[in-house]
Amino acid sequence: MTVDDHTLDMVAMSRDEYERLVDMLDREPTEVELGMAGALWSEHCGYKHSRPLFHHFPTEGPYVLTKVGEENAGAIDLGGGWCAVFKMESHNHPSALEPYQGAATGVGGILRDIFAMGMRPVALLDSLRFGPLSDPNNRHLFSGVVGGIGGYGNCIGVPTVGGEVQFDASYSGNPLVNAMCVGVGRIEHLLSAQAGGPGNPLLLVGADTGRDGIHGATFASVELDEGSGDRRPAVQVGDPFTEKLLMEACVELAEQHGDWIEGLQDLGAAGLTSSAVESAARAGTGIEIDVALVPRREREMSAYDVMLSESQERMLVIPKREHLDDVIALFRRWELHADVIGQVTDDGMATIVDGDREVARIRVDVLIDAPRYPPEAERPASLDRAQAEDLDAIADVADGAAATAALLTLLGSENIGSRRWIYRQYDHQVLNQTVVRPGGDAAVVALPPDGDGDRSGARRGFAVATDGNGRLVALEPRIGAQIAVAEAARNVVATGATPAAITDCLNFGNPEKPDVAYELEQSIIGLSEACEALGTPVVSGNASLYNETPDGAVMPTPAVGMLGVIDDVERHLTPAFGSGDTAVLLGASPAQPASALAGSEYLAGLLGRLAGRPEIDLDLEVRVQQLVLDAHGRGLLTAAHDCADGGLAVTVAESCLAGDVGFEGVAELDFGPGPGARLDAALFGEVQSRFVVVVQSSTDADALLELAAEAGVPATVLGTAGSGGGGDRIRLGPVDLALDAARDAYDGALERALAR
Amino acid sequence: MRAAVIVFPGTWSDGDCVYALGRVGVDSRRVWHRETEFAADELVVLPGGFSYGDYLRCGSIARFSPVMEAVRSHAAAGGLVIGICNGFQVLCEAGLLPGVLMRNDSLQFRCQDIDLLPAQHSSPFTAGIAAGRVLRMPVSHGEGNYYADEATLDMLEDSGRVAFRYCDAEGRATAGANPNGSLRNIAGITNEAGNVLGMMPHPERACDPLLGGVDGNAIWESALGGVSAATAGA
Repeated sequence: MTVDDHTLDMVAMSRDEYERLVDMLDREPTEVELGMAGALWSEHCGYKHSRPLFHHFPTEGPYVLTKVGEENAGAIDLGGGWCAVFKMESHNHPSALEPYQGAATGVGGILRDIFAMGMRPVALLDSLRFGPLSDPNNRHLFSGVVGGIGGYGNCIGVPTVGGEVQFDASYSGNPLVNAMCVGVGRIEHLLSAQAGGPGNPLLLVGADTGRDGIHGATFASVELDEGSGDRRPAVQVGDPFTEKLLMEACVELAEQHGDWIEGLQDLGAAGLTSSAVESAARAGTGIEIDVALVPRREREMSAYDVMLSESQERMLVIPKREHLDDVIALFRRWELHADVIGQVTDDGMATIVDGDREVARIRVDVLIDAPRYPPEAERPASLDRAQAEDLDAIADVADGAAATAALLTLLGSENIGSRRWIYRQYDHQVLNQTVVRPGGDAAVVALPPDGDGDRSGARRGFAVATDGNGRLVALEPRIGAQIAVAEAARNVVATGATPAAITDCLNFGNPEKPDVAYELEQSIIGLSEACEALGTPVVSGNASLYNETPDGAVMPTPAVGMLGVIDDVERHLTPAFGSGDTAVLLGASPAQPASALAGSEYLAGLLGRLAGRPEIDLDLEVRVQQLVLDAHGRGLLTAAHDCADGGLAVTVAESCLAGDVGFEGVAELDFGPGPGARLDAALFGEVQSRFVVVVQSSTDADALLELAAEAGVPATVLGTAGSGGGGDRIRLGPVDLALDAARDAYDGALERALAR
Repeated sequence: MRAAVIVFPGTWSDGDCVYALGRVGVDSRRVWHRETEFAADELVVLPGGFSYGDYLRCGSIARFSPVMEAVRSHAAAGGLVIGICNGFQVLCEAGLLPGVLMRNDSLQFRCQDIDLLPAQHSSPFTAGIAAGRVLRMPVSHGEGNYYADEATLDMLEDSGRVAFRYCDAEGRATAGANPNGSLRNIAGITNEAGNVLGMMPHPERACDPLLGGVDGNAIWESALGGVSAATAGA
């Protein structure tokens, strides 16, 4: 063996993996071959610990046009000849080191994933996790990440319409930055990412290649430690202006000249290596690249540097030979240069030359055949300990004044308070398609209008939300993951849309540790079970493992991005109460036992305890969601809100704030305390499968209660909003809170946390 | 009437402007930044975006663009020109309007609805708007903080060239209603002749009840009336 440990460390390859490579080649790899194999066999590209579990994921459903695996992401049928593609991807480690650029290039990367498929990006979302804002470094990371997301999205002109953020100590120093993009277009404009047709040229388009981001894929596949700062060169720098040109050119290519090309593929993790090799693998071909033909922005770059650079804003185009000049001319018109750097071959080999010197010649199927490590999972004992804690031993809220104070504290907390500080830094309206803006359960986005301002042919659209509560997954991974899917679906249903499919981002610690392996395996099973139950297959996704600092792993956090279809965007719902509205709780009765507090924000945020066992009944979940869609279909509802984080009291308060009205709860409502029922559990418990919906007349209320009874869904009239009751106070059971006080606490939550 | 919507490589509000103009019955053509001609009766629109990436200073490169010479001639000949957001920045950089747009006083990008009060009714863009009518529409910018020296500000006020001010719902130009720190709450100004308007807020986003409001249409409709009258007079 000639290779030393340092070299293997640089490519994050184990000695065993190196020997596996030597066996497959029947010789020692060259330096470039080792670099290419290291990148493609990294967790980030090769999914070696997660892929053995992917078979659990359902991939087919009524809305799925193309399955994931055949291309970079599956496509969803929006009706009327339109389709959507969407995907979520992590940029956790770069954001931990360089929050602005890390987040910005995360947005840039996910945008390229979408327009590489020929679809126009029309919505961005971000699922974020940070340590508590009481720590200055977390404030620095949070502000930087929000700035970077805005800096890229605002400049390129794609609206950031939603997302979520949660704060927990486990994310200190290892934030989670998951960026999601939705693109739409006509079904016939979907492009392939296949390097088909031997003899066709490989065209590299966009930015020049520098040394930035070399080993980015391997960096994403190791734990963060004190030395991670030295990896800063592995973080790339974004140029949204060049990306805008690339986006316009690629969308134009797809919409007008899709027949000119065989394939289009973005350059992301592992740069040219993964882009060229994966598109060849999909087509069953080979590729030959001459690195001397790759335009560079730095001197004396080696073949190794060029093949592994993660310079941003680059695309690989595989034009049909006869249309090479047409394609180059199209990119030139967008002021981009396009250079032939090689060609498609029929020998199944990845051949890399540097001028007349061959530096790598390795089988494509070897490069994409990353080792697979089925998880060696062991259920951590801590789970059973946390679940066995006696929640009844916790003192209930003493009285109405204490309950009101607890509600005010929750409304003003980092995890519940308004996200306005974040989304007002994002352009969430450009493109004139954002029908429901950030701040509610899900965004609603209309399809593009016709050029002359007529929207009559484009009433269709989609609703989209991200979700994933790490606390619940930490307590019971399989159940917590089911809840992540269910809640994301509930968010979409709350706008009146029908859930269609998900993308997911699996954020976990080091999978080589048995407890993390358990979390990963159980989460994937849980996600899959919920997707099956709700009829929402997985159309794309990404795994980010090794999210650990010397202080430990992040909470297991599968982030789910859910897309729902909506036939008429004008008929959407929001959480806002209107004056005189009657609010109805669906899915559970108001009175709840202590077990409802499991994993709740009340327990974690106010009492500092992560305990209990989260529960969900997926059959009930499906019935409740269907009930809301049926009731909305009959025109019974005027508002709907997912009842989740912070529990019923927070849900009602949020709907009051959204509508700027007070609330008067029904006097005889039973919240407890009583046998097996507690006030805190009723007000702040986080029982799943609940909505608060609104009807405008007693006739509609009766019709809704009847529908609920037929569906076997508990339903309770909660009270009346606005001038009909409550005035400018929120009154629910013993809670009595001035609307203004609630607004001050809620609106200023993040500003206050950041001003510390 | 027809509109010419200018497209720099980094422009992203061109489609929104075309859509909004369509809603008030105006046909538009998109004009690539290398083109150099407008018809005399065209409403020239410089939409929002990041014209050339704006890494130096917003609009600082765009002013050298071939199309800007044509915009200058169009304006000099009395043609209507409206610059929105980045378009306002470009008009200031090109010297067609006085002052500059600095970084927001919050040092952050701001995307939110604001209220806007027309401060004059002498330009084609405001003549058709009822006195005292408060318009609600979004702003979306990181550099919208209008600055000019005191003498220039006084001159603008005295000559009725302040077109719009940020205000509260009752039309008062309060500090709390100012989203970016603009001096004297200035949201938009015109040139001396009144045929060139620059404004930071986005009327083209407030054009459809589906998107949350239609107040922006008042500005297009006012300009439409102005051109119709001018054409009729000729």
